[in-house]
Amino acid sequence: MTRIKIDPVTRIEGHLRIEAEVSGGKVTEAWASGTMFRGIEKIVEGRDPREAWIWAQRICGVCTTVHAIASVRAVEDAIGATPPPNAELVRNLIAGSQLVHDHVIHFYQLHALDWVDITSALKADPAKTSRLAQSISDYPSSSPTYFSGVVNRLKTVADSGQLSLFASGYWGHPAYRLTPEENLLAVAHYLDALEWQRDVIRIHALLGGKNPHPQTFVVGGMATPIDPNSPQAINPAAIDFLRARIESMRTFIAQVYIPDVLLVASAYPDWTTIGGNTRNFMTYGGYGTGSVSDTATYLFPRGIIMDRDLAHVLPMDQEKISEQVARSWYSYPGSGEATALHPYQGVTDANYTGPTPPYQWLETNGKYSWLKAPRYGGAVMEVGPLARVLVAYASGVPAVTKVVNSTLKKLGVGPAALYSTLGRVAARALESAIVVEQLSAWVDELDHNMTFGDLRIADTTKWDPSSWPSSARGFGPHEVPRGALGHWVEISDGTIKNYQAVVPTTWNASPRDAQGQPGAYEQALVGTPVADPTRPIELLRTVHSFDPCLACAVHVLDAERAGERTIVTVEAGR
Amino acid sequence: MFLNQSLPERLEERGVSRRAFMAFCGVMASTLALPASYRTAIAEALGTVRRPVLVWRQFQDCAGNSESILRSPQPDVAQIVLETLAWNYHELIMAGSGEQAEAQSTQAVRDFKGQYIAVIEGAIPTGDGFCTIGGRSALDLAREVAGNAKFTLAVGACAWDGGIVQHGPTGGQGVQDVVPGATVVNLGGCPHNPVNTVAVLVHYLTFNEMPALDQYNRPLFAYGDLIHDQCERRAYFDAGLFVESWGDEGHRKGYCLYKMGCKGPIATYNCPNVRWNDGTSWPVQAGGTCIGCASHDFWTNSSPFYGRLPNVSGFGADTTAETVGVGLLVGVTALMAAHGVGKGLQAARARETAGASTEEAGTPEAGAPPVEAAAPAAEATAEDGVAEPPPPQTPDTGSEGGRDANQD
Repeated sequence: MTRIKIDPVTRIEGHLRIEAEVSGGKVTEAWASGTMFRGIEKIVEGRDPREAWIWAQRICGVCTTVHAIASVRAVEDAIGATPPPNAELVRNLIAGSQLVHDHVIHFYQLHALDWVDITSALKADPAKTSRLAQSISDYPSSSPTYFSGVVNRLKTVADSGQLSLFASGYWGHPAYRLTPEENLLAVAHYLDALEWQRDVIRIHALLGGKNPHPQTFVVGGMATPIDPNSPQAINPAAIDFLRARIESMRTFIAQVYIPDVLLVASAYPDWTTIGGNTRNFMTYGGYGTGSVSDTATYLFPRGIIMDRDLAHVLPMDQEKISEQVARSWYSYPGSGEATALHPYQGVTDANYTGPTPPYQWLETNGKYSWLKAPRYGGAVMEVGPLARVLVAYASGVPAVTKVVNSTLKKLGVGPAALYSTLGRVAARALESAIVVEQLSAWVDELDHNMTFGDLRIADTTKWDPSSWPSSARGFGPHEVPRGALGHWVEISDGTIKNYQAVVPTTWNASPRDAQGQPGAYEQALVGTPVADPTRPIELLRTVHSFDPCLACAVHVLDAERAGERTIVTVEAGR
Repeated sequence: MFLNQSLPERLEERGVSRRAFMAFCGVMASTLALPASYRTAIAEALGTVRRPVLVWRQFQDCAGNSESILRSPQPDVAQIVLETLAWNYHELIMAGSGEQAEAQSTQAVRDFKGQYIAVIEGAIPTGDGFCTIGGRSALDLAREVAGNAKFTLAVGACAWDGGIVQHGPTGGQGVQDVVPGATVVNLGGCPHNPVNTVAVLVHYLTFNEMPALDQYNRPLFAYGDLIHDQCERRAYFDAGLFVESWGDEGHRKGYCLYKMGCKGPIATYNCPNVRWNDGTSWPVQAGGTCIGCASHDFWTNSSPFYGRLPNVSGFGADTTAETVGVGLLVGVTALMAAHGVGKGLQAARARETAGASTEEAGTPEAGAPPVEAAAPAAEATAEDGVAEPPPPQTPDTGSEGGRDANQD
């Protein structure tokens, strides 16, 4: 039995530590720990709920926008503001482009190097790589010259003896299985993706002023005026700008992202049987054609799957969500440790009892993480692209069943293969292709509304706090790249009384709970092979397949108002 | 530690022409407020064969500043700076994890002590356990990495003054507060604008020193001018044309957002000029307000974000633009003096504007020298809790001298 640790887990957002027991070349038990705490939820207490999104957005700069959207939705739910259709469309365009952008960056910049050996690419034959590329895709950058240019670029860096970001990789590890040409193809697309992402995210700059942290959300709508005759508003030129970038997304997904995911999946078929173990899945749903309050129009339905029973998609009831801190560095008041609190009653009282740094090991028998343990009806849930795709697949959504079935057929595997490390990778790529079609539909609708004179962008009837009830509370769900994000707000006399966020990575990277149930990462890692405990790349594959975002998972906004400092809790997520 | 090829040679191999490279150098010269002729000097400096080591450490962060640097504009060409440096450690995107990753940081500190560039993102807590990486505390790591660097770039609000994190229960602070001996350049903003950060690096590579800094150790070229003075909606402010509610006619026509809570009149940054995401837009252009995110402790000073700036007495439906102008200019002039910002030029501009907009009102402050006007106005705004606090030292330390020196 060997004990291993990975700290920091890199190529993620935030600070994550994994400890694991390895026996007989496989993981027998694992612990996931978030090692950083800021305390953002409490910060918004006592403030104007209309500005909560500005604070909450800072929970995460990778999942930028997602906390802003969940926040304005929660406040709108509380005060009864109804964003007009154009505002919903602009938010959808921001959220949808965020999802696509984020998934591509995840695959290439954050995940690919678990599967791709960059040093092997140096040995590739550019002509052979060109033939390989042209056999799997119409992507025009596929000539021998293009690939020899990439090889030269790599050689320049390698010959310098300074490998920069690539210096620390696990190159030559026996777990790498792609041919030199396949590696070169992937490295070329790693570099192309870097360039592509910079351009397509300009959608956020156009609609939000900047990315990260767009600046145009408003409770009740958006601060992006629409006027076909004004250069200072969303106008026909802006629509063209959006369409061009959506087309660029569509092309990149179809010609680069999906072919590369299939290439990796074909080379690592055993990874459709590794990294599963999770059995319950939850999604709030979204990305529909109508209002966010009309769940019937959602492209990805809201729902729960328990124990992998695809025959029965259960309704999601947010009242069943609760959080525990038995194994987390927090205290709950009163009875304490075994308590499960709904977010409306949520408390975030930090109480670090871990080892004094520098330390070698966490006390995993006790408290060991800054993440709380969210549970649904007491059960551990996996959230994210796989949960969305599974619920949509089980619900018979045509756009989803079609691409899932054709992909499974191409790979020669059954639906059970989805419950795996590669299942998460594939779900992310497939939903990107589906969402990009929605982006086109949304921009068409926005164009149509503008052309026919519907210029409404905000419901301002509830802008004045005197129009609000003296007390109100609201729930803001948002299905974001990493899964189900929820914000809960309680408003009293025009200011925030309590604010809580439960974030996707908190669900997935959660520590054990009072009953000792491991979180989703901890479950998924069991059984993962480990060829070399000093270079545990296999664990990274499974952890990265969830696309961890730890800043979200441990989000605390601390409320400090009127000279009073209280500990508040905010969980964010995406 | 050096490459065998110069940067233009490496770029040409990648199909980036000399012409495109020179265009990039021109953009950098412009961002740095240098005369266009400096384009050649920048090109020569970037063309030399050297590759300093850079270590980017993230502590109590949201990775927004890392994401921002990934959006560094002009794809093939702005990556120059990434390829000009040996980017040895960056949790968000580096290949290795765990011990293999940490070894990159400790080796850089050991092998290039006093020579490498540190970049710090996020606040740093001083209490045990709030942020550990590889089992070590953020404070320990920050002292090691920033304390042994040639200089440290604190990117984003959190690494500068603690940002949003300092308002939380951990009391996380900025680099300069927890590593007192470090040479720190603060690049505030939430997040930092990568154009400015790249420009600072280019300036260092070209002149082997930092650009001129203000009393907060921020580069003047980026933080020396008021948003309000650079804003494309300024003419509407002067004309008294304002957005009154979201999506109204004035909003659609691009009127001034002052009444919606815009903090442009008290915030300095070069947002309106360099903009974001390859020059696409910036918050006010898109229709939102400026939240003053590049100002000191903006979370304290800009919230309530929808509140109108103070000292605009009697502002209402029947208030004239002239009245607005008077009130604001007192605060604005005070702020400029407080910041020691581009004293000569800005004061002249403020006096001109003040003279124009307050002609009828004839307030005594309008024509007063900015430093004298500063004291009472700064007090007044501080009481309202919105304007930035007075600076910790003499207002004009190093400000105008710095920029002039650049141009010599």
